[in-house]
Amino acid sequence: MAAALKPVVALDTLLSDRRVWRGRPTAALPTPTQPTGHAALDAVLPWGGWPEASLTELLLPADGIGELRLLLSTLARLTQAGHDIAIIAPPYLPYPAGWRQAGVDFAHVHLLDATPRDALWASEQCLRTGCLSAVLSWPMQADDRALRRLQVAADTGGAMGFVFREARAERNPSPAALRIAIDNTSSDGPAQLRVLKCRGGIAPVRPLPFSIHAPIHAPVHAVAAA
Amino acid sequence: MSWACILLPQLALDGVLRRHPQPERPFALVTGPAQKRVLAAVNPAAERLGLHAGQALAAAHALSSGFATLEYDPDDVARARDFLAAWAYRYSSQVGAVAFNGIAEDAIVLEIGASLRLFGPWPRFERQLREDLTALGFTHRIAVAPNARAAWVLAGTQDGLALTQPPTLHTALARIQVAHARLDAKTAQALHAMGLRRLGQLFAAPRASLAQRFGNGLLEHLDRLRGDAPDPFPLYRPPDRFDLRLELPYEIEHSQALLFPVRRMTADLGAFLAGRDGGVQRFVLHLEHEDHPDTEVVVGMLAAEREPSLLFDLARGRLEQARIPAPVRGLRLVAEELPPFVPAGCELFDERSSQAMPWTILRERLRARLGDDAVYALAPADDHRPERAWRRTPLPAGTKSEIEPAPRPTWLLQRPIPLRDSTLRILAGPERVESGWWDGGDVRRDYYVVETSSGQRAWTYRGVGETDTPFMLHGWFA
Repeated sequence: MAAALKPVVALDTLLSDRRVWRGRPTAALPTPTQPTGHAALDAVLPWGGWPEASLTELLLPADGIGELRLLLSTLARLTQAGHDIAIIAPPYLPYPAGWRQAGVDFAHVHLLDATPRDALWASEQCLRTGCLSAVLSWPMQADDRALRRLQVAADTGGAMGFVFREARAERNPSPAALRIAIDNTSSDGPAQLRVLKCRGGIAPVRPLPFSIHAPIHAPVHAVAAA
Repeated sequence: MSWACILLPQLALDGVLRRHPQPERPFALVTGPAQKRVLAAVNPAAERLGLHAGQALAAAHALSSGFATLEYDPDDVARARDFLAAWAYRYSSQVGAVAFNGIAEDAIVLEIGASLRLFGPWPRFERQLREDLTALGFTHRIAVAPNARAAWVLAGTQDGLALTQPPTLHTALARIQVAHARLDAKTAQALHAMGLRRLGQLFAAPRASLAQRFGNGLLEHLDRLRGDAPDPFPLYRPPDRFDLRLELPYEIEHSQALLFPVRRMTADLGAFLAGRDGGVQRFVLHLEHEDHPDTEVVVGMLAAEREPSLLFDLARGRLEQARIPAPVRGLRLVAEELPPFVPAGCELFDERSSQAMPWTILRERLRARLGDDAVYALAPADDHRPERAWRRTPLPAGTKSEIEPAPRPTWLLQRPIPLRDSTLRILAGPERVESGWWDGGDVRRDYYVVETSSGQRAWTYRGVGETDTPFMLHGWFA
């Protein structure tokens, strides 16, 4: 009898795992394990932060519109706790001076140069082995199949994968657990985040306001403005 | 201290026969100049044909023609002796090849007193040694005595003798015949002619007259036998490099077919490294071709490793990328530098799963496929010029340099480009960066933080004194 009961999963576990979709959002948020550092975003995500052991897809219309700012507080928290992270095939050089101002400890940051094809392979390896807690990757040609492989690898290795893609990939389906599109300031309005998909929860209909940039404290000199 | 001596009466023959496909067939080792070929050693099957060591080859051929011969090779014997010393090294830290009279003898000695706690008591230890030697294919005799020289002499007279107390050793030595006491032939003959048959008689003889007749060498030998005089001899030291060669029985053209022998070689390398408690950081795989210079496949790691499966994995990664210009006839694995190996530390209550591969192994796997420089870390450098404020390092390192007080971007363009935007808004600046006039990389710039029309925040500069030139984009505050 006891043996027959064994595979039964407790309802609480199942619900907190977010594998079962429930019609209306639950009242109490679980304690977030990987908070994003952005209160508005944490509030709408079912995990209260980044999904663990999963792939997160960030869709950008252009480089340099705040995609790193979205992650820097998480990366700072991870590296300061001694966890290693990997950055695979970044579009520009990560400037240590700027990252360190955000609190990232570069002693735990590993960088990889790779061709687009190798970048996918390297991302999968880094996610799968489980020695890195976060993997940031810029795969140039990632299709649905490649992303599915990355999602499985992240699940196996228990790592957080962040994939940066162009905004026009928004229309294509994706196996990522979380998809966020970043809209930059334009004639339509100020910068905002749109959560396109979040597994186990309802994606909020309304976009979230997103202040792309930290306030700058350096003064503007009168000469320069002229 | 107790020393065991392993006497190898058929070292040359055993060294050859253990590699021989049919060791039970009559076989003889031949030596000497071409005009006077002599048998150096024969196996039992050849002995039954009436052959014996020292026999002229012509006489042997007259007796029988059904035996195989091979040239006696002193280097081969030395290799076999080194091999056995390396084998004995796993049982004792003090191993010596016997060379008491200046000539290397076919025997090795090892100190067993300190090893008994681990392998003992002696009867069990002895059984272990004999099992190993039989499995390796070496005929042997073993004796134990308080000093190495006495053990050597005793092993020559009686197999399996173990004397650990000096008084019993003295009694046993006194009974040994002078002819068996490892004296040089001339001295032994002279003593025999004088009527001195046993060592006991020699011990009783007046020392002064012995020294007068035979020189100090004889007295020294006797004193050292009894343990009255120190007996220094060089101890075996494991080699500081690894060099293993494998001749392939047939030609191989594809790297896939090479993987099997390479796996065996890396396993040997791993066992060797474990034996000396070291690691390897760089090794070279030589692919030997006929009529073509060797192809070298270099396997380099950022840190010392010794796990055989990892070594094989890396060798395979490099081998698959190597171009093989001609069929491969032989393989050679050479490791020149064997740095100390420090195993990676793990937390006792590690929250990560136990199957997780350590980063060091993943890094080597990535390097094997992406290239040696593809995996790197960035470290801040003490320079105000953005181009030189960072450096690439193969391994990440902690830094103590100051964090810049002025705003710095997170993305840096390797090469600044003009930023063409009519509606730039200046948020901060200028910040003057002026440096490097002494090293040729002169920089005089005013840096501004600007916001573009699409909301991106850029780090831009103008040369000092310029007002109407376009801003140069150097980074993004992403």
